[in-house]
Amino acid sequence: MLMGGAEQEARVPPPSDIIALALDELGNPFYDAGPNDKGIGIQLGYSIYRVMAGFLMAAAIAIPIGFVVGMSPLMYKALNPFIQVLRPISPLAWMPLALFVIKDSEASAIFVIFICSIWPMLINTAFGVASVRRDWVNVARTHELSPFKTALTVILPAAAPTILTGMRISIGIAWLVIVAAEMLVGGTGIGYYVWNEWNNLDLASVIFSILMIGIVGMVLDLMLSAVSRFVQYKE
Amino acid sequence: MSHSFLEIQGLSKRFPAANGGEGLTVFENVSLNIEKGEFVCVIGHSGCGKSTILNVLAGLDEASDGLVFMNGKEVAGPSLDRGVIFQNYSLLPWLSSLKNVEFGVKARWPSWSKEQIRDHSMRYLELVGLKEAALRKPAELSGGMRQRVSIARAFATQPQLLLMDEPFGALDALTRGVIQEELIKIWSESKQTVFMITHDVDEAILLSDRILLMTNGPYARIAESVKVSIPRPRNRNSVIHDPGYYKIRNHLVDFLVNRSKELAGASGAEAIETVAVDPAHDDGAVRAPEAVLAKTGS
Ligand SMILES: Nc1ncnc2c1ncn2[C@@H]1O[C@H](COP(=O)(O)OP(=O)(O)OP(=O)(O)O)[C@@H](O)[C@H]1O
Ligand SMILES: [Mg+2]
Repeated sequence: MLMGGAEQEARVPPPSDIIALALDELGNPFYDAGPNDKGIGIQLGYSIYRVMAGFLMAAAIAIPIGFVVGMSPLMYKALNPFIQVLRPISPLAWMPLALFVIKDSEASAIFVIFICSIWPMLINTAFGVASVRRDWVNVARTHELSPFKTALTVILPAAAPTILTGMRISIGIAWLVIVAAEMLVGGTGIGYYVWNEWNNLDLASVIFSILMIGIVGMVLDLMLSAVSRFVQYKE
Repeated sequence: MSHSFLEIQGLSKRFPAANGGEGLTVFENVSLNIEKGEFVCVIGHSGCGKSTILNVLAGLDEASDGLVFMNGKEVAGPSLDRGVIFQNYSLLPWLSSLKNVEFGVKARWPSWSKEQIRDHSMRYLELVGLKEAALRKPAELSGGMRQRVSIARAFATQPQLLLMDEPFGALDALTRGVIQEELIKIWSESKQTVFMITHDVDEAILLSDRILLMTNGPYARIAESVKVSIPRPRNRNSVIHDPGYYKIRNHLVDFLVNRSKELAGASGAEAIETVAVDPAHDDGAVRAPEAVLAKTGS
């Protein structure tokens, strides 16, 4: 053997190790033995909470603004340059500024999620609303619906599939970003957990948590895809 | 002074050119009256501006010049008093047939209870023979069934004026015939005023009291108004045996083939010529419709 003892320690663990660890962790996912030793369930819970908080705030802002932008060509022209400049910024680039302004790592992580999930939802909502078939809007007009009622009973259902697609993209990006954000701010969450286990050179835990990140991401997407099936329509 | 139900005065429509050029005058100085309960069809070549006129009447589009009055009130913007049936049905695809009809009924009578709205909508769906398909979405219906739903929606709101833009254009001949007869049935019960665009000469004769003929665009105008004096009730079989049928038909076809071009852009002759075909003069000259047309001056 050419490898020394130290390298032996850091070898990629066999699947049996990971399965044993998974059974162990998933058997008691919510234990809490201090800041550096919490169950995988608790860590994932923190991450999901942050993703949800940032994502929902972003949805609450992006969807109404997207509606206005989609309905008014003037607003589209006014806001589009800002959107085009802000959108390509890596969400993590906001982190130092967020930490400085907000002075709270938890809130900063949520802000980063907020900022990365707002764009796909904003752009898709605007696009979906702007491309609602003219005929359907005319149906609303000939029935003398108020603008609010038109938005609610015609434009929203017509644009819902496109909006939902935007939400799926957003939550996917948010889940990618939270891992990196938590590696930066530390403390809690699945991103921190991965980094912490890496520092402990516990590769079995690292691989196990990578798998868990994948599974949770998939579940989040499946949830939104179920909702989007609900609003889908065939022309 | 008595007013007609619908008065169109000096209507013109110009579209500005994209690059600051001449612009396009689709039609100019169109004036006509429609009486209450009349069924009027408009025939003209593609692009002459039929849909544009209809959209102005609906209030969906604005004329460049001229006025439209309904019941003495100026038409400005869309209204529930003017129902529109579009060529492509314009059903909301995420709603079932019944919900689509209810959409109109709810807008018309916001104070009605849920049951009232449903019963009323169901009654009109039954009228067009779609009771069984009430819960199906438009995507699960054939083209003919979809157009029936949109007819049910329009009639259920009981508008004073019904505007139809080639409502059967996308249907095959057989389906079209069936729905035309359904339309006659509903119309004869409601006696609504109807303004309908069609490309089908036979359809126009079957349905209308009066047929308006438009010259080719640009600068299109309504050149003639042909009275269809075939007695009602009509159906597809009986109308073709009426002595006046082929005279009217030949007159219309002749207009579309020849005169719509000759009269195109001819300014000055603003008045619509009212044409009535007199079946008594049946001397077999059906091939030369002009010979038997008794033209009553305008
Ligand atoms: N928004 C627009 N901008 C510029 N030109 C237009 C616009 N809408 C229609 N036109 C022009 O106006 C003319 C009349 O159009 P319109 O749709 O009313 O014709 P139509 O008689 O209904 O034809 P069809 O029988 O094919 O439906 C056409 O030459 C068309 O190119
Ligand atoms: Mg048209």
